[in-house]
Amino acid sequence: MKELLWLIVALPFAGALILALAGKKLPRLACAIVGVGSISLSAIAAFMVGLDFLHGNSMGAPFDQTLWQWIDVFGLSPRIAFHLDTVSLTFIFVITFVGALIHLYSAPFMWKEEGYARFFVYMNLFVGFMLMLVLADNLLLLYLGWEGVGLCSYLLIGLFLLFTNFHTLNIQAILTAAPAKWAVGSGVAITTAFLLLGGAIGKSAQFPLQTWLPDAMAAPSPVSALIHAATMVTAGVYLIARTHVLFSLAPIVQSTVAIIGAVTLILGGLAALYQHDIKRVLAYSTISQIGYMFLALGVGAWSAAIFHFMIHAFFKALLFLGAGSVIWVMRNEHNMFRMGGLWKKLPVVFWTFLVGACALSALPLITAGFYSKDEILWLSYASDKGSVALWFTGLAGAFITALYTFRMVFLTFFGPRKAEPTQRPGIAMTLPLIVLGLLSLVGGFIELPDNMGHVTLFSRFIQKTLPATMITSFGHSTELIAQLIAAAVAITGAGIAYKLYYNKPFPAAIPVRNSWQTFFFKGWDFDQLYNSIIVAPIVFLSRIDKDDVIDRFYNILAAITRLLNRALTATQNGRLRWYAMMLAIGTIITLTILFYP
Amino acid sequence: MTIPTEQQILLAVILFCIGLTGVLVRRNVIFMLMSVEVMLNAAGLAFIVGGAAWGHADGQVMFLFILAMAAAEVAVGLALIIQLYNKFKSDDADKASDMRG
Repeated sequence: MKELLWLIVALPFAGALILALAGKKLPRLACAIVGVGSISLSAIAAFMVGLDFLHGNSMGAPFDQTLWQWIDVFGLSPRIAFHLDTVSLTFIFVITFVGALIHLYSAPFMWKEEGYARFFVYMNLFVGFMLMLVLADNLLLLYLGWEGVGLCSYLLIGLFLLFTNFHTLNIQAILTAAPAKWAVGSGVAITTAFLLLGGAIGKSAQFPLQTWLPDAMAAPSPVSALIHAATMVTAGVYLIARTHVLFSLAPIVQSTVAIIGAVTLILGGLAALYQHDIKRVLAYSTISQIGYMFLALGVGAWSAAIFHFMIHAFFKALLFLGAGSVIWVMRNEHNMFRMGGLWKKLPVVFWTFLVGACALSALPLITAGFYSKDEILWLSYASDKGSVALWFTGLAGAFITALYTFRMVFLTFFGPRKAEPTQRPGIAMTLPLIVLGLLSLVGGFIELPDNMGHVTLFSRFIQKTLPATMITSFGHSTELIAQLIAAAVAITGAGIAYKLYYNKPFPAAIPVRNSWQTFFFKGWDFDQLYNSIIVAPIVFLSRIDKDDVIDRFYNILAAITRLLNRALTATQNGRLRWYAMMLAIGTIITLTILFYP
Repeated sequence: MTIPTEQQILLAVILFCIGLTGVLVRRNVIFMLMSVEVMLNAAGLAFIVGGAAWGHADGQVMFLFILAMAAAEVAVGLALIIQLYNKFKSDDADKASDMRG
């Protein structure tokens, strides 16, 4: 059954191929069935592969499946091969399962749009590339998936050091050979890790490369749910987890990961607090939550990061789909200040959205978000690379998270009703919401902290592949105090949001903002900053460089050509006497040449 | 007393050049046509001179040809001038310069 691994990747590509070739001629229902069915079959295959993988495999020994030799030249010989271990199993489970739900949701969501088949082609391609990314056993194939998801996300809205040192891009080989060859803290290790971090920052929208994510909210909500919540933005997290050996060889870079995570989570949180577009709130929230994952990676809490990734995928996809439902029924209205009083009219959407919001705010004990975020908070303090400053930042971020989340809930669903919803979502749209809501509630129970039952199913699952976190040991009481503080912070945030936003009248659709609020609204004005630091100097330099030597040379060439043109044009002026004169002159010249001795 | 052949040829050449100058300088198409006639006659004179120099009748025959051809050409040329005048309402050759680049 494990041999079906290749099917998991192949099925979405097959679906994309069928729809690309025949999508125009198929009726809408057939397109939807092919598009949703391919991912659902892939999810079932993932489930079966996972079962077979875990059966009798308590050590979590990885499973490799080679399809064929891809390139074989000068010693570079990557294969199309898949590597299944506990980490990649987690990722493919999330990708296929949440992906299938999102595809099901988008079938009626996009029903009225143009290019229905093409939408599913790109969505299937995206899932196929993402699966290739996480199952790849060498960096080249991973990079193919990496670029593929970038291409598909562009289509949807849109290694040298390692190779020369190890003569292979096979990830496992690199990870075993690297500690032997590179000393801890050596320049090569630092450079490699830093470059990998750069790619991860860009893909996962962390500081300072986070500006693209809020602008990507122009895509329809299922796309946002798939790409910007559950899958593509977590590719950076995956890359860092996958190459963790290289990061532990460069402690400076690993600390940088933690600091970037901490900065980003505050940055995203404060920006989310001042938005009026519901999807931008969720976009900045995604930036902030991935900051938590980076924080966990930076302090060496590998399984906590992946745990939070999985739980975050559930509730963030749920929130995006729920927000999409609200936008869909409110005739494409994105502004929260124009919504209100929807909780009675859209009960299923409201309750699932509320569950997602509670999970995001990490309300204690009942939501999965509590367990995952709490573990990150605890380990940011207790890990050997953690510190009080990081813990405090995470705590502040949790407070802000609860605040903006419940602000969003109260503005959208409570208060006076500004506009009437046009229709109710059908079962295809509400079923994913319900399933994701249930997962957001119970998904956390596979990993309970030490003093609450000490269930470590998930961390043991991940630790078969990634190393365990080094904890400078603290007692259970310290952990309990930390948990209580975290719980109190979350509840306080929700309470303050209740006080400020519940049933308050907000007349203005776009609120009047003072300069601080505008600063946060624009996402800390990074667009303006990059414009003045990067764009404006380049434009200035290119303007003063308009007439340099090379330009002059080409301008002279063009001028000569124009001159010749004018000269030749003058000889063709349509006057008979002129032509006759030319004839005469030509004859004289010819005769002179012929008869001159 | 016979005139030396070179001088006869020279006369023909001078007549030809006068005709050529007339074609190039005159603006009026009718005068251009007259100048072309002068050129043709000059060429005919050259033929006569050649025939007389060699003592053959071929020169006279060629002159007859040239004369006939000149008459036909004048007929056609005058017809064309009438068409030109109808189009451009003027007999200035420079006015008919629409085919320029």
